[in-house]
Amino acid sequence: MPTLTLIQAVNDGLHTSMKEDPSVHVFGEDVAKKGGVFLATENLETEFGTERCFNTPLSEDGIIGTAIGMAMNGLRPVAEIQFQDFIFPAFDQIVSEAAKLRYRSGGQYTAPMVIRTPYGGGIRGGLYHSQSGEAYFCHTPGLKVVIPSTPYDAKGLLIASIADPDPVLFLEPKALYRSVKGEVPEGHYTVDLSTTRDVREGGDVTVFCYGAMVPVCTKAAESAAEGGIETHVVDLRTLLPLDEEAVLDAVKRTGRVVVVHEAPRFCGFGAEISAMIAEHAIEYMEAPVIRVTGFDTPFPNTLEHHYMPDHRRVLDAIEHVYNF
Amino acid sequence: MTIVDSTSEIREQYLGADGAVTSELPDYDDAWLRDIFVHLLRVRCVDQRMLKLQRSGRIGFVGSMLGQEAAMIGTAAALRRQDWMWSGLREGGAALMRGLPLSEYVAQMYCNSNDTAKGRQMCNHFQHKDSNYPSWSSVIGTQIAHGVGAAFAAKRKGVDEVHAVYFGDGATSSNPFHSAMNFAGVWKAPVVFVCVNNGWAISVPASQQTAQPDYARKAAAYGMPGVTVDGNDVLACCEASKALVERASAGHGPALLVVNTYRLMGHSSSDDPTKYRDADEVDSWEKRDPIARYKKFLETRGLLAEGEADTIEASLLAEIDSTVHAEEAAQPMPLKSLVEDVYADVPRHLRAQYNEFLRVAERFGDAQRGDGAFPL
Repeated sequence: MPTLTLIQAVNDGLHTSMKEDPSVHVFGEDVAKKGGVFLATENLETEFGTERCFNTPLSEDGIIGTAIGMAMNGLRPVAEIQFQDFIFPAFDQIVSEAAKLRYRSGGQYTAPMVIRTPYGGGIRGGLYHSQSGEAYFCHTPGLKVVIPSTPYDAKGLLIASIADPDPVLFLEPKALYRSVKGEVPEGHYTVDLSTTRDVREGGDVTVFCYGAMVPVCTKAAESAAEGGIETHVVDLRTLLPLDEEAVLDAVKRTGRVVVVHEAPRFCGFGAEISAMIAEHAIEYMEAPVIRVTGFDTPFPNTLEHHYMPDHRRVLDAIEHVYNF
Repeated sequence: MTIVDSTSEIREQYLGADGAVTSELPDYDDAWLRDIFVHLLRVRCVDQRMLKLQRSGRIGFVGSMLGQEAAMIGTAAALRRQDWMWSGLREGGAALMRGLPLSEYVAQMYCNSNDTAKGRQMCNHFQHKDSNYPSWSSVIGTQIAHGVGAAFAAKRKGVDEVHAVYFGDGATSSNPFHSAMNFAGVWKAPVVFVCVNNGWAISVPASQQTAQPDYARKAAAYGMPGVTVDGNDVLACCEASKALVERASAGHGPALLVVNTYRLMGHSSSDDPTKYRDADEVDSWEKRDPIARYKKFLETRGLLAEGEADTIEASLLAEIDSTVHAEEAAQPMPLKSLVEDVYADVPRHLRAQYNEFLRVAERFGDAQRGDGAFPL
């Protein structure tokens, strides 16, 4: 089985879907000859031609708006937004149109499409090349929000997202693009959306995380283990719709929970997990839920390593809920 | 004055690619002509040094200005002190000419504690309030609308201020380009839209960007004149900009100025342009170098002695190098800057988040002297 980086797995997933389904079209800014600024779409133009992999004019709302029309008329668009930070011009098309089309038409019209976009910090990109905007989109009924953290999941979740009957926002943790490697099967396979992944087992504390925070939390869990605390690390990997059953099951096993994300804390995804626990599992809890997150500020450049949760901040939280 | 009359005198070119005069020149002051040369050369020297620092890992990112020196210097040289320059990625050189201190430029490239933006922006995102050069975002086209709004404000306040709004060819596809041009036309706002057409939006050429690559014609849709000049001819850029600034200042409304030039390097230091464009195309533009052309012109006119350019260059490089050395020694970024400037005051929840962060940083030995907690 080949060993791929996360970005190679994304490329492989696109390649596999394009080969299987001629209605799949890949487009966005710089995706053709250049192969995308991170090379996620490398060689797709060469292999599938300029009709199926092409550059668009520089307009995110144009990209997403036309993708919706393509999806409504039988194509399967996979649009790339170069950085998640640049998605906001298309917010209206995503939130008002793609996410609501099925509902407003009583199921007569749908927009099965994927919006792929790199998100998150760790590349010294400052405010506009580092943000984690998942919470905006998780507040949008009708969308699915998927975030892989391993090469295997990146390919399997992407193929599943492209085949999905509803619009999927596929957020790729750019910090992991080349820093994680793993075995990836050749050809077609899928990873079901709305399932979580147990990264590491442990009976003392449960840590929920996703994207680039998964290796950070794994490292923290290893440090905690040295001190005798066994941590169950759960990669949520689909935020919307969330596998609530799996989340609550993991909560009940330890009664001590830490939620970690890079995005700001206030109204972030950790708040949803915390509320879910308060509503459905409060009687199992041995300690308050702790959130380890980015600050409630824009994303900095020079101090990004302090802004982003690191394994030490996570370790501190694990110890806190354990010792509570 | 009608629209057609006021812009019909604008010449596309004064200096050919070989430096020969192709159109009758206005009366120029010799010192001004020489100053322009120094400004052009400074842009190139800064660019060269920043690329070197990037390659050696000292700074993270450079949006090279190589080849576009005349486009930015020429157009911006026509702006008056009170005018504003709204920028995209490649106008840093013009900002230096308009008053951005070199030390602030270099500090921003290092994103260090001397950076006026306090290390919040990525490299190559300059600002300089004293010369009316506002902070801008990496999101393409947003500043175009801001420039129009600010021009509207100047008009409402009754002050004589023209807003020069710079953007690239790629930005003409963005919504703010169209909405801002439309608003400016309706409001007769004192704006000069400067489209720096360098042929490429990262890897996307004009042919994939627009079915109307004669960008100046887009102005017609918004009821304003659009003119195109040779963007590698600093005098053509300056004269056109001057005419349109005067026109806007006189209350005759906005105009679109397209300066045709070429981005000789990649989009940024992270980009490999050989993947998507032909070397022949790059070669042909290297032959139209804006600085070589202007140097030839000055030499012919007797304003630049043999070897003098080298002396100027050496002194510019020495100034840059000493600035770089000084900025290398900057103090570490204060940790408190993490939560400052989000609001006018640091609200309680941010003070608490910072204090909690500091507790962990102290536990692991990351905190620096002076990083004390906020009072809650």
